[in-house]
Order: sequence, then C-alpha cells, then structure tokens
Amino acid sequence: MGKKINGASIIWESLIQEGVDVVFGYPGGSIIHTYDALTKYKDKIHHVLVRHEQGATHMADGYARASGKVGVVIVTSGPGATNTITGLATAMMDSSPIVCICGQVGTMAIGGDAFQEVDVTGVTLPVTKHNYLVTDIKDLAATIREAFYVARTGRPGPVLVDVPRNVQIAEMEFEYPTDPINLLGYHPPERATAEVVAAASALINQAEKPVILAGHGVLLSGAMKEILDLCTKANIPVTTTLLGISGVPASHPLNIGMMGMHGEAAANHAIQEADLLIACGMRFDDRVTGNLKTYSPNSKKIHIDIDAAELNKNVKVDIGINTDLRTALQQINPSVTAKSHADWFAKIRDWQEDSNERDIINAQTPGFHASQAIRGIWEGTNGKAVVVSDVGQHQMLEAQYYPHDEPRTLLTSGGLGTMGFGLPAAIGASFCVKDKEVWVVVGDGSIQMNIQELGTAVQEKANVKICIINNGYLGMVRQWQQLFYGERYSETPISSPDYLKIAEAYGMPGYRVMKAEDTISTIRQAQAHQGPVLIEFMVEAHDMVYPMVSPGADLHNMIRRPYKQFDNEETF
Amino acid sequence: MKQILVAKVEDKPGVLNRVASLFRRRNFNIESLAVGHSEAENISRMTIVTDEVDALRRNVVRANLLKLINVIEVEDVTDLPCVVRETALIKVNADATRRREVMDLAEMYRGRIVDVANETLIVEITGESSKVDSLIDLLNPIGIAEIMRTGKIAMKRGVVTPRNGN
Repeated sequence: MGKKINGASIIWESLIQEGVDVVFGYPGGSIIHTYDALTKYKDKIHHVLVRHEQGATHMADGYARASGKVGVVIVTSGPGATNTITGLATAMMDSSPIVCICGQVGTMAIGGDAFQEVDVTGVTLPVTKHNYLVTDIKDLAATIREAFYVARTGRPGPVLVDVPRNVQIAEMEFEYPTDPINLLGYHPPERATAEVVAAASALINQAEKPVILAGHGVLLSGAMKEILDLCTKANIPVTTTLLGISGVPASHPLNIGMMGMHGEAAANHAIQEADLLIACGMRFDDRVTGNLKTYSPNSKKIHIDIDAAELNKNVKVDIGINTDLRTALQQINPSVTAKSHADWFAKIRDWQEDSNERDIINAQTPGFHASQAIRGIWEGTNGKAVVVSDVGQHQMLEAQYYPHDEPRTLLTSGGLGTMGFGLPAAIGASFCVKDKEVWVVVGDGSIQMNIQELGTAVQEKANVKICIINNGYLGMVRQWQQLFYGERYSETPISSPDYLKIAEAYGMPGYRVMKAEDTISTIRQAQAHQGPVLIEFMVEAHDMVYPMVSPGADLHNMIRRPYKQFDNEETF
Repeated sequence: MKQILVAKVEDKPGVLNRVASLFRRRNFNIESLAVGHSEAENISRMTIVTDEVDALRRNVVRANLLKLINVIEVEDVTDLPCVVRETALIKVNADATRRREVMDLAEMYRGRIVDVANETLIVEITGESSKVDSLIDLLNPIGIAEIMRTGKIAMKRGVVTPRNGN
C-alpha cells in the first residue's frame, strides 16, 4: 500500500507524469492548497508567477506554440478563472494545446454563490475544447491525464479542469493510470481511404494552375517535410495563412507568401485564378477568403483537415479529407507526378514583380516606417529569431517584412486577434526556446493591454527583446477609419507612457530608436544583454498596410500601394 | 424536410447543456430535442430535429456534434427508413356536455383519455407529428387549455433481408 497524499499533491504528481516542468499561474483562496503542495515539488516544476491570469494563459499558449507541448496554467476560482477566458478563447481559435487547472469552491458550496464562486465549466464551455469539474478525488489523476490527451491530440485546443477545494484537501494513494486512454466519444481520425487519396492525386496531376494553401495544420501535424515534398515534386506554388507562416520556409522559391486581407497580391491573384486549391490544415477564415461568393471561382478544391467540422463549413470543396495532414500527404505524395507549371509561374512572377515596384522598402520615402523597423529586426536577428507579434498593423507588417524560414518561429494570435497576446506569449516561449532569440513585435496599443507582464519578465529574467512599434495610434483601426469611415479617427489616437522610464522602473534596459539607421546598432545593444530589454521605435503615424482586401470585398480586389507615391490609393 | 439526428451520448452532468450550447454557438436552430436513457448503462440517446435543409450544412451540424467529447455517435436519419413518433398531452376544456365529443375524437386518433375532471379532460396521443397536429386542430374549436409535446423521437427500422432469387 502506498502512502496517502492529498489532491493538491496529486495535481503536481500528475503534471510531472505528463512531463510538465514549467507552469504559469497565480495563487488565490481556492487553489491555496495546491500552492502549498507546490513547495514539495519546486525541484521538478518551475512556477512562473504572472501579474494577471490572462497573461498566464498567453504564456502557456506561447510555450505550447513554440514547443509543440502542452502549456499549463494554474489559477484560482472566480475572478482568477474568468480572467483566463480571453486566453482560452485565443488558444481555442488557434488550436493551441493548453491545460488550465482552476481552483473551485468546495463541492458543498457549489451553486450557492459562495465567495469567488463562478460557474467556470459553464462560462468556459464555448472557449475550450473540453472541460471537467472533478467532484471526487478518485477521478482527479485520470481527469488530468485525459485533459492532456484531449488537449494535444486531434485538433489541439485548450482544456480546463476545475478542482474544488475539498478535492484538493482529500487524501488517497496516488497511482497514475497507465492503461491506454479510450474515450467513448473521441477518436481522432487516422488514415484517409484509398479512394479519396486516388481522387485527390488525380486532381493534382490534372491541374494546370494549382495552388497549395498551407495553414497552421502544417506545423501542428509536423508536415513541414511532406508539404515541401508535394510542392517541389509537382512544382506547385504555396501560399500560407498567417498561422501557416514558418511551416514552409519563406525563402523557398515556391513559397509565394501570405494570402488574405493583407496577403501578397500575387498569392491572392493566384488563388483567384487557380484551377485547383489544395487546402492543407487551414479553415477558410473570412480574413483569407474575402467575399465567399467570388472566392476562387474556377477551381476544384481539395481540403485536408483533421477537424471534420471544418470541411464544407465556409467553402464547398470537391474532395474533403478528414485526417491528420502529415498522414494524408504521405499517402497522396507518392502518386503525384512531376510537372513544371511554367506558364502558371510566369504569371505569378509578373504579379510579384509588380508588387516589388510598389514596395515601400524599395522606395526612397522620407520618415521612419514601421516596415523598415521590422525589416531591421529581421536583419539584426539574421532572420533566425522566434518572433512573437501582437495584433494590429505591426502584426501584418511583421508577417510581410520578417521572412521566417524555420518552423514555429512566428507566434501570433490569428483567429481571435487578441491584443495583449505578444508580451506574455513571448515570456512563455522563452521557457522552451533555448537555441534562438525571442523577440516581441508589439504596437503601442497592444503593449499597454498586458504591460503588467513586464514585471513577470523581469522577475523571471526572461530573455525576451520587446520592440514597441509606436505610431501613437491604434493603427489598424485608424487605417479602417481612414479608408472606410471618412477619416473620422474616433478614439484611435492613444497616448503612451515614457517607455524608457517604464523599462527603468521595472529594472530592464530601454532604448528608443528615432530613425531607421539606428535600428541595427540598437538591436546589437539589446542582444548583448541577457534578460528582457525594451526598444521603442518611433515610426510614422499614418502608414498603411498594403495590400488590403476591404472587409467583404473580392479577394482579387485589393487596395494597393500606389507606385512611388504614398498620399492616395488606387484599386486594382 | 427537417433534419433528424439520433445521437448516442455519455450520461454525464452537463452533456445536454453541451449539445444545446453547441447549437446556439454555431447558429443552428433546434426544432426539438428529446433525451432519455438508452439500452446501455451510462449512455443516453437523443433525437435532435433541426430546420437545416442544406445537405452540406447538415453534415457540418453532424460533424460539430461529433466533435463534442461526450458524444459517441451521431446518425443523420433524415433520409433513412425510420419510425418517427411524438407524444402529446392535450388538456381540453370540456365539461360533461362535451366529454363524449372529445372521447370520440381521441378514439379516432387512437389516443387515450388519461385524466377527467369537472371542466377538463387530458388526451394522450402518440404518432407522427402530423397526426398530433391534426388532432390538435380538431380539438381547438372545443377549447384547448394546455399542450405538452415531447418532440420527435426517431429509430431506424430493422433491416429486412431481401429474398433470394425470383
């Protein structure tokens, strides 16, 4: 007979069994027993004390995206739990595996509006892949194990485990289940059928103007090699979604860049003129399709996704393959025949040439542009950093001006578009990224949404370099106001504190860059310092992100940057 | 034609909420939902009727249901041979002078009188929804006080082995 331990200890023992060595959390009344038990496990698990529970969820998310492992959050009941909702929803939308363990009031008090009680499994239902309320200590270890399994398998996502106080206090012998997990209603799909594979490869072999749409699924299923095999074998251009960036090397000649609202014009035109779309682990979000009625009107469509509910959700497809992307491509690739698609590429190269002529980077325009700052960060880090971007203009510019060649080197909130994601996600990533630098690209609006996590960065000596792209506006909303709301800049000018003083107050070096020429030297200074560093880039206030597909417009109908002049727009 | 789904789900707290919440969240409309124990322990069976008519959307509804961890199986029986029934309790305002009339109607529909009071009768009727609707139409002029309907329950018919040869 083993020794009895309490539920709080069982939580930590279970996490250790799942290979967890770092958790992000914040103590409180309903989780205090678990924090007490943590004192016995300090040598095995590092706890990162955040400044706000939303930060904890983004840290776990950033850790998960950078490592491919499950990120772990520990919070208390009530407000501790409700503060995680934005982070859970962010992870849900972007299929990021995290497990959130929540304290709850005692089982006898549940339903009675006790102090710091909230119906956590109720309020998190639509923003988690699954959630659990553990009412008996006998179920605790098995539930945590199941939570990890559900979070990381199939289409990954956040799972929440609500653990009442008395379950943490109760005692029993700890034994971690080892039998294979077999859930009655959860069976991630395995292989595609031979018929569907044959049909897909036949379409690929017939296509004259094919395009591969590579999404987050490439990274999540580890299909980086398989997707390259497919595109190189048959010379098929690849365009990526925002979250698909880094799944295919940006410098690969077949990679024609990001698609969608602020995607490369060549990629959007290629999609619209294609005769075959091969959608790989992506979900035809409105930000990548534009007007669905006119979306890629003449193409056949193959859609490979591990989530059956994504097939035919937004775009009707000819062949839907509901399986793991890597497995599907391994099945399809052998029967794909070599092709050159020379005419198709000639057309794509023309579109690309036109974009180069318009590129602000290639124009001698006065002022310090956000795109130059980001290109400078790319140069200064040799394009090898893990970059965590926040949400807004800087996020799109990062996607355009920081080419990523290695997998999992761009972490960003795509689906939910969560401002405040960048800094905490980068702190989280810094706990698993050991061979690369971690850089944050964040706007002056976004940094102020979770600026309190600078405290966490300093306390943890997290080696993150924080680049604030300051244009004095909530820039993306400002851009919409300029284009679609008669230049009525309603509540988009935003002030900032003196970030150098903020850096100093938190105890980290801070730099301010006023002109493009100083970017690289400042980056060098930041790199010389181990630990968090803040750099503020003072950029042009009225820069626009081009191209832009207006919301609801046809994908090929982009607002483009005019050639060599920057004060008015043209539509092509 | 309404979509009829039959789902096998784990009999655990909150499962009904997960199913109902999914329909709200995905903007699908539930026409009716009936749930009860099944032949197996800890497993319930649900009949869900939606007003979705588009075949692709119907598949998306089914796929979303299957995504719920507690949902074990979902079958779209809309186009399959199956028995679909609904039960209704109808309280009719009928004193002694009109009792006979109500009883005759109930009998014609193979319904039963399950409660008699001075001023009211309760009729129990089971059948296809159209049959229930039609009895309600006939009882309406007499005066209906309350209607309680279960919503549809559906079960696939057994397989009849085709005869060999001629």
